[in-house]
Amino acid sequence: MRRFKIPHKFELTTIIELYAQWIKEGKLKVNSDWNKDIGAKFTVQDPCNIGRKSGSNKIIDDLRFVIKAVVGEENFIDTVPNRGNNYCCGGGGGALQAGFPDERRAYGKTKFNQIAATGATYVIAPCHNCHGQVEDIGEHYGGNYHVVHLWTIICLAMGVLGETERTYLGPDLAEVGL
Amino acid sequence: MAEAMKIDNLDTEFKDEVLGKLPEAGFDLCLTCGTCTGGCAASELMDMDPRKLIRMLNLGMDEQVKSSEWKWVCSMCARCVSACPMNINIPALIFNMRASVPRDKKPKGILGSCDQHIRTGSAMGAKKEDFEWTVLDVAEEIREEHPGFEDLQVSIDRIGATMILNQNSREPVTEPEEMGPLWKILHTVGADWTYPSVMWAGENYCMFMADLEGWKYIVEEFVHHVDNNLKSPYVVNTE
Repeated sequence: MRRFKIPHKFELTTIIELYAQWIKEGKLKVNSDWNKDIGAKFTVQDPCNIGRKSGSNKIIDDLRFVIKAVVGEENFIDTVPNRGNNYCCGGGGGALQAGFPDERRAYGKTKFNQIAATGATYVIAPCHNCHGQVEDIGEHYGGNYHVVHLWTIICLAMGVLGETERTYLGPDLAEVGL
Repeated sequence: MAEAMKIDNLDTEFKDEVLGKLPEAGFDLCLTCGTCTGGCAASELMDMDPRKLIRMLNLGMDEQVKSSEWKWVCSMCARCVSACPMNINIPALIFNMRASVPRDKKPKGILGSCDQHIRTGSAMGAKKEDFEWTVLDVAEEIREEHPGFEDLQVSIDRIGATMILNQNSREPVTEPEEMGPLWKILHTVGADWTYPSVMWAGENYCMFMADLEGWKYIVEEFVHHVDNNLKSPYVVNTE
């Protein structure tokens, strides 16, 4: 809209900012008790578009707030570097469909090494492109992690994640809250 | 021995063309420090890197620049420009390199997704009727089988809803169950929301393809639908 100077009346926001707002307002009641004994470790992939390219760290700071609220602060391990300085997963800009899979995976090795260094067994990928790429490089390079959508873990923390909504969870979390 | 290049009369047509559209891209300001390249995950792939690309551009090596397939390997993540001391807009160069490729020579996968989007409203090619059917079907299943969500409401094109949500088309097409958790959260907080039937998908491959016309068309159709038909004050990007 900015690029083409298309006038619009609505305001654009992201679901991540709303999750954070709803948790702060008490509308979305979540806690990390479910993970106290399990201690599943999570890291996050910061999508370039809502991070570096959005011009501020506002959205990805909200993202961290939400993740810490639902998995427990002690169970979140950030990548290095992170936030606005994070590495692209290599799946963006159309790369997943560009027809250069070898180069795309070589590009993703940087991201893979970053994730592997956290030791986390779950990567939260709030962007579908990143989700696809992080999963692919995990399989390709023999990673020891699962890639999950943010809403999956929020619902897990709310105790409302249904049996059919657990495709991406590993065996350690597959039965939690059922 | 290679012939020395005379830099006083370089023909830098492509550089001039891109700078004509975007003077602030600042290609001439390059100090060749290499900070861009040091932090680029695509460096060295296809024997290319951002610093080298800017050098080639500034030396007028237009054919080699434009024909490099590296433009499809770079993801335009903008790490280079955020690190550059001279704020040189390398992703904008990549975008213009992509734009210089005739439509029928662009990568088939991206072209297909872009065309599908223009035709159906989503890169996966799911028509709005299919999207609507899938969404309403999954919602019905949740109401019947997930305790506590008997009143779950999911709608398409509900006029006057406070929020319009987009949805990556991979969810309804390949993993419809993944929409449920999002809806449950919205239901729990009492959000007043709906999906649009026009250009409902979150992705935009025409933008990746640097197809300005297609990209613009998708955005215009979406804005028109939200502002004039649905009259909603908020659009929420779900990814």
